[in-house]
Amino acid sequence: MKRIGIDVGGTNTDAVLLDGGRIVAAIKVPTTQDVLSGVKAALSHVIDAPASAGIAVDAVMIGTTHFTNAVVERARLERVAAIRVALPTGGSLPPMCDWPRDLYEAVDPMIFMVHGGHEYDGSPLVPMNTDEIRDAAMRIRDAGITSIAISATFSPLTTECEVKAAEIVRSVIPNAKITLSHTLGRIGLLERENVAILNAALQSLGRTTVQAFADALSDVGIKAPFYLTQNDGTVALADVAAANPVHSFASGPTNSMRGAAFLTGMENAMVVDVGGTTSDIGCLVGGFPREANNIVHIGGVRTLFRMPDLLPIALGGGTIINPQTGEIGPRSAGYRILTEALVFGGSTLTTSDIAVAAGIVEMGDRDRVKGLDHDLVRNTLARIGDMVADNFDRMKTSADDVPLIAVGGGAFLIPDKVAGASEVVRVENAGVANALGAAMAQVSGEVDQVFSGMSRDEALSAAETGARNAAVASGAAYDSLKTLEIEDIPIAYLPGGARRVRVRVIGDIAFQ
Amino acid sequence: MLEEFAEENIEPLAIGAWILGTGGGGDPYISTLNLRRLYAEGTRVDLMDPMALDDDDMVAVVSKMGAPLVGQERLGDPVHLARAVEVMEDYIGKRFRAIMSVEIGGSNALSSFLAAAVLNRPVVNADAMGRAYPEAQMTSFAIGNLPMFPLSLVDVRDNEVIVTRAASWKWMERISRKVCTEVGSTAATCKAPRTGREVKEWGIHDTVTKAVELGKAVLDARRRHADPVEAILEHEGGKSLFRGKVIDVARETTGGFLRGRTVIEGIDGDRGARMELAFQNEWAVAFRDGEAVAMTPDLLCLLDTVSGSAIGTESVRYGQRVTVVALPAPRLLTTPAGIAAVGPRAFGYDIDFRSVFP
Repeated sequence: MKRIGIDVGGTNTDAVLLDGGRIVAAIKVPTTQDVLSGVKAALSHVIDAPASAGIAVDAVMIGTTHFTNAVVERARLERVAAIRVALPTGGSLPPMCDWPRDLYEAVDPMIFMVHGGHEYDGSPLVPMNTDEIRDAAMRIRDAGITSIAISATFSPLTTECEVKAAEIVRSVIPNAKITLSHTLGRIGLLERENVAILNAALQSLGRTTVQAFADALSDVGIKAPFYLTQNDGTVALADVAAANPVHSFASGPTNSMRGAAFLTGMENAMVVDVGGTTSDIGCLVGGFPREANNIVHIGGVRTLFRMPDLLPIALGGGTIINPQTGEIGPRSAGYRILTEALVFGGSTLTTSDIAVAAGIVEMGDRDRVKGLDHDLVRNTLARIGDMVADNFDRMKTSADDVPLIAVGGGAFLIPDKVAGASEVVRVENAGVANALGAAMAQVSGEVDQVFSGMSRDEALSAAETGARNAAVASGAAYDSLKTLEIEDIPIAYLPGGARRVRVRVIGDIAFQ
Repeated sequence: MLEEFAEENIEPLAIGAWILGTGGGGDPYISTLNLRRLYAEGTRVDLMDPMALDDDDMVAVVSKMGAPLVGQERLGDPVHLARAVEVMEDYIGKRFRAIMSVEIGGSNALSSFLAAAVLNRPVVNADAMGRAYPEAQMTSFAIGNLPMFPLSLVDVRDNEVIVTRAASWKWMERISRKVCTEVGSTAATCKAPRTGREVKEWGIHDTVTKAVELGKAVLDARRRHADPVEAILEHEGGKSLFRGKVIDVARETTGGFLRGRTVIEGIDGDRGARMELAFQNEWAVAFRDGEAVAMTPDLLCLLDTVSGSAIGTESVRYGQRVTVVALPAPRLLTTPAGIAAVGPRAFGYDIDFRSVFP
């Protein structure tokens, strides 16, 4: 199976062509302002490489930061209507009540709260008021809004209200793009609704981005189906992914972790990805990033959904060292490192200068750091080691020593010995780990819901069926599906044997 | 004596209340949002010194009751807390002079403010626990043997219940819990009305100010890049019991409560030792290498070692760097009657209460 993986980062666009497990060609080009010419350039490079001659590509996997950037920059978002089916509860806290003002204004929402929703045991809170929904839909239509987020109380448990409300909206606005909160988020109405609204605000961008990628592929003569990489380290068919841009928010760090697994052949390890400004520490479980089970803020918005559990630390190749106190960061020279760091002729002391002075890595002009105080160099390295060890230990889930894989441009900062790590693993081709991670991705499906009024076995089996269906919809071959994770937690205070069940299945890409 | 509760005190109140929640009482996030919105609309709440109450003033004691998980979906609306107060006024035929919270620990610290903002009444600077506890009989009013009825309970769907009489505080807890479960495991309640005299005699005084000041101490330490945990200890006259890393969390739900234990492996001065924190909604008993070293009613707080933020029994997880601290309990809770109501035996631990504060 021949695949191309592309990772569009803030600085570089990486591409690799894989034939089975063999890297046929790899390239790193600067990310361009319009993104697409960079993607096209990278694509052309790998398919025109001599080693690629005669290879027909089966699939292209693209990881992009497009959608995260749009939220962070408050740009390219579309106007949204939010309908919450929850009255008489929650009336004092309307949708988006906890958003940063600038993002709220960028989305410029129309907000509706209507009667309905469910209880934790699946019984209706109050009968859903369909007239209120129809009325809202007509006002939304009259305002010319086509992207709509719908949320309802306990919808991860009982989807009925959201589904019915969507039918009514669609009968009024046939071309509506509707995001239902239960398809994205977990228990926690505000956080789940926030995810749905972010997703709704990215609908147009999702579609235009996917169309642009499709054009880029056809321009360079690739006819294979293409996929976008997802937060959980898998891919989804581009059309499915376009409808759920929020699932691509963390594809960068996720792809680098998956690439680390691929390059080392390790499925259970910790990964530290050292960039220019920060490092991310994550945990590979069965070859996939462990998911966060807590609140994640995106562009200042509280969310709770499928995101990798990452611990960012203010340590990168451009992190600035205070020469007097020896303090590390948190500021970084960032992309200006190539002009500001001592070894590159600048006047700012960075972690890279320390590493060069210590002889750990070669870059720039080593003579320019010859005069650095030996104690400063030694102490800074020791402190970097402590920083890494401390945060590494924080992310570990067991007291046993586990391997630590170091990737990213600043991986040289990770010492060879880290307390709590059985070994520190370094890899070749670490520079294109992200693109590799994208290229090797499989397809997954997940269910994370509260089930009640049924036996534990029935709940587990219902969840597994749901996860399998979701995976097939995202492009997985049914026969290849395997259950990756299954977890159930009984819930405090609730009668009826309520339990939260989370099942994740994974499988190979189904080819037409 | 009335004093306007300033908007900039909302955040410190939430931080302090979450610490005084000793692991339970629910994250105040939703309540904080509600209060902020009311303030943004121009509403202000006055804080009232309990000693300024007249003996025959009537005081409403409010609380949100139910499962925190349900509260994350059925977002609380201040009008329902206010409604519980009005229902009680209608029933007893008297007007409340002021409103207080049953517990200062966790989200209920803000419940009195939410009801008070809607009804335009002052909040009494007092509560009935000085912390958080899971059940109705674990209050200073119960310890004082005050009447436990009537109680009003309001559901969002126009269901309003008054428990006119109960044989004991425990019966009141059982009956009201049942009704609460029936309406979806969340409800607004107004507990037995208190007279000004009862609040002066049996309320735990000045706890709102205490929570605010505690929260300010944490925020101030963070701003100065000082140690917030140290600031908490200093502010409350507390004791640091253990510093380490969470290595195990076991939870089970029995009898409607979240029970379990958290195991912490020592670092720094506590290297080589282990602390086990047993909880029932709140942290109840701390065992150091198997020996009970601190217990309720002393306040056991699990704090993030770096930020000083409280960590709840529902949110504690493996790997967190934590410091276990004990803060002194209100004096009433450490009397024989207090220990009978909220000491270790009230939570099923057959040990004698020994305070870490001599």
